[in-house]
Amino acid sequence: MTRLGSTGRSGYSHPPVAAGSGALIRLLRLDIPLVAALSTLAALGLVILYSAGGAHFELITRQGSRLAIGLGVMLLVAQIPARNLRTWSPWLYLAGMILLAAVMFFGEVSKGAQRWLNLGLLRFQPSELMKLVVPMMIAWYFAGRPLPPRYWQVALAMLMVATPVMFIAEQPDLGTALLVGSAGAFAIFLAGVSWRLLAAMCLSGLACAPLLWHFMRDYQRQRILTMLSPENDPLGAGYHIIQSKIAIGSGGLYGKGWLNGTQSQLDFLPERHTDFIFAVFGEEWGFMGVMLLLLIYASIVWRGLFIAVGSLDTYTRLLAGSLSLSFFVYVFVNISMVSGLLPVVGVPLPLISYGGTSVVTLMAAFGMLMSMHSDTRHARARAHTH
Amino acid sequence: MRAAVAALATFVLLAVLAGRMAFLQITNHDHFQTLSQDNRIKLIAVPPPRGLIYDRNGVVLAENLPSYTLEITPSQVSDLPATLARLAEILPLSDSDLSRFQTTVRRQEQFQTAPLLLNMSARHVASFAINRHLFAGVDIAAHSSRRYPAGDLAAHAVGYVGRINEAELGQLDPNMYSGTSHIGKLGVEKYYEARLHGEPGFQHVEINAQGRPLRVLDQQLPIPGADLVLSLDMGLQRVATEALGDANGTVIAIEPATGEVLAMVSKPAYDPNMFVNGISYADYDLLRDDPRRPLFNRALTGQYPPGSTIKPFMGLAGLDYGVTQADRTIWAGPYYQLPGDSRHYRDWKPEGHGLVNLELAIMRSADVYFYDLAHRLGIDRMHDFLTRFGLGRVTGLDSTGEAAGVMPSSAWKLAARGQVWFPGETLSAGIGQGYMLVTPLQLAATTATLAMRGIHVRPRFLHALQNIDTGAFRAIEPEVTGAIELHDAAFWDQVIGPMVEVTRNPRGTAYSIGQDAPYAIAGKTGTAQVFGIAQNEEYDETMIAVELRDHALFIAFAPAEAPRIAIAVIVENGGGGGRVAAPIARKVLDYHLLESAPMFMAGPR
Repeated sequence: MTRLGSTGRSGYSHPPVAAGSGALIRLLRLDIPLVAALSTLAALGLVILYSAGGAHFELITRQGSRLAIGLGVMLLVAQIPARNLRTWSPWLYLAGMILLAAVMFFGEVSKGAQRWLNLGLLRFQPSELMKLVVPMMIAWYFAGRPLPPRYWQVALAMLMVATPVMFIAEQPDLGTALLVGSAGAFAIFLAGVSWRLLAAMCLSGLACAPLLWHFMRDYQRQRILTMLSPENDPLGAGYHIIQSKIAIGSGGLYGKGWLNGTQSQLDFLPERHTDFIFAVFGEEWGFMGVMLLLLIYASIVWRGLFIAVGSLDTYTRLLAGSLSLSFFVYVFVNISMVSGLLPVVGVPLPLISYGGTSVVTLMAAFGMLMSMHSDTRHARARAHTH
Repeated sequence: MRAAVAALATFVLLAVLAGRMAFLQITNHDHFQTLSQDNRIKLIAVPPPRGLIYDRNGVVLAENLPSYTLEITPSQVSDLPATLARLAEILPLSDSDLSRFQTTVRRQEQFQTAPLLLNMSARHVASFAINRHLFAGVDIAAHSSRRYPAGDLAAHAVGYVGRINEAELGQLDPNMYSGTSHIGKLGVEKYYEARLHGEPGFQHVEINAQGRPLRVLDQQLPIPGADLVLSLDMGLQRVATEALGDANGTVIAIEPATGEVLAMVSKPAYDPNMFVNGISYADYDLLRDDPRRPLFNRALTGQYPPGSTIKPFMGLAGLDYGVTQADRTIWAGPYYQLPGDSRHYRDWKPEGHGLVNLELAIMRSADVYFYDLAHRLGIDRMHDFLTRFGLGRVTGLDSTGEAAGVMPSSAWKLAARGQVWFPGETLSAGIGQGYMLVTPLQLAATTATLAMRGIHVRPRFLHALQNIDTGAFRAIEPEVTGAIELHDAAFWDQVIGPMVEVTRNPRGTAYSIGQDAPYAIAGKTGTAQVFGIAQNEEYDETMIAVELRDHALFIAFAPAEAPRIAIAVIVENGGGGGRVAAPIARKVLDYHLLESAPMFMAGPR
């Protein structure tokens, strides 16, 4: 860990002018690069949403207030010491599982899926909570044990991931199941599963694909078929993909300009302010804009991975790593589905798509990252002064 | 280590995304750019306004009126039955409207638009317009609908337009007819389709995903069809129609010098407006099954034995071939007999006419004189001569449905019937009976040729044509198609003179119309047998069913010395030509020569 020491120290070598604001940020337990990247992203998101939503300020104010709430949650979560996060992990997991079960029995049905739990004042999606809780649980599980883990430990961890994933897939909510599953899988992977086991799992996963196909809902199968050849059903299920590819492709190198995307402004693009907002962006901002956006996302993911790598304990390393990677999965799955590389699953473009639930979850995750990073820094600083 | 692998993996996957974006936005940009334009921009054909049709005095015969249609695009309506129910609350939708709409929707392809309510009143247009936002996929379309203000008065002359049918669709140039729903079906409307139609324009319209046009990006205006001025005089047309009364029959009047058709009446007629937007089955059955056959254009398509109206032409043939002379007299008894044949070829007058020359024979319509003449000429010389006047072939009038008639010859009979020609048939032909058939148009045209002393002008409806570029009207030059040269030009007067006597001489068969006429009428009566009577029977009109009674015919031109109008009148089952057909002709001649103000105008303005 000494090789990371020099990088860790660099955080303390601010020029004197910035020292004041740096101190405030440190006091709030925030991470400057992450805050910078996230606020750029959020600002860009609002600009894109303004165009995608048909230039209505109402949409912007609503999404803006959601981002503000998300910011508050992030600030709040950042104040929780990483230690506490770790000790709470199994209990949160238990609570999450109970809520998921509750959704199964008492949940509200909306758009053909049973995802919501109505708590009187608050409609709440427990599956969203699991995106954070599952990697926390895995990180907690491996944190107290010698690594690399034994096979039976890996198997147990996988069971801990698979159970909630199956609950969520049953709702059905394939997108969230995918994200929760990948968050858990990343934690297991980072814990140090041997490459041989990993390869074996990949192969058996491929072998199970027909079985998975068998258990899929019709609409889920249809989405996969549509992804493979959208032209077969240009006015039905393939319409989304065809129109979004046209939008992105017609954007070209520099785009048609903000508010000038004909595909989006003339209603050809469906779901354009939610899941398909990337197509609006691609059409209006072009390849250059897309590259800028990918750069912002990459900087967030890599900063998160950097925090994981620089950490001093297993829990932080696994949790920070898996949260960052699942954030990347969000980005990758959304952009891939909008550009026709993956089937259409309901995954929003993080911090840009219109919608509140994912904003809060994501900002909570970044709060956790910042909290863990602050604790790491303090630990490192203490070790240094000693 | 693991985190480094993960970071590398994210880098690779980001590169995949970047590659995908480059593939879509750079490599295939042109392709998607095209698709995006196709999405956004719709090419809408703008049909040209159809040319108007006027009579020679500028009276409108065919015009375009705006008509509003309520159209529904079912693919854009979420709940069609509910929408129809709500529409029925604000608009008077009949069951037949609904059933026709349902039929159209079933037959057409998806995403097309079907008309629900045709010819909406301004009031209904307004009441829908204020509620339009409640009806997605429902819209009002403005069309232009053809209307014939004269109704049945000029139906057979002008014809009508109707919806383009499958068969026509296959023949039309799709570029010229994109956006056009109607085409000329009959008459002048059909004959001048190419001129009346014009050329469509187009609009590039930006549309949204629902197909609603948002704005016009660019457009090219259609080139309107040319307006036509017809030679018809609606005043004369009305007089002729009224003169015919309730009878089935036809009147055709031609200006000899130009061939212009001044009036063309065929009775009974029908209202062409019924056909424009599709006639109902019930209405069509009524017209089709009417025993008086209103849809039948007697003037062009009807073929009749010319009867005695052929006699002046027979006389000319006899003079020209030298088989008779103006001063040659023969004894015209009650009947004629061929040498070596006991059969009696009777005269219309049981007691005969006595000693007659050509003048008396024409004036009194003495059958025996013409039996003799026909026998001397022989059918083939008759055929050759009468064919020069245009019998047995279409006149080439600029309309549709013209029949050719029959001008028999021995060769014709061999070809058509497979039989040799009998000498007795020559005698029948000599008085315009037997195989010989003419159309009323041919009769009028040959009369005009006679009036012009052999100069043959193609009959036509077109009087003046609009130049599309300048908007000015250009009069059409008469088309002289030939001149009949006789061996002696005096022969013309030797026939026309007796024709004047027909109306002027108290013994003439049409003296009733000529006695008080302030101008000289050269005419000839005719009576065409519909029903053959046996050798020893008397024709008694009162004993025969109406539909088997003789047709009454009359041909004339006037003023005889400087003809301005040639006319043919046929009254079906009317009886004698002099008594029934000639007075009709007189009314038409009077109107044209005495009453009608020569309001010649080269255009409607």
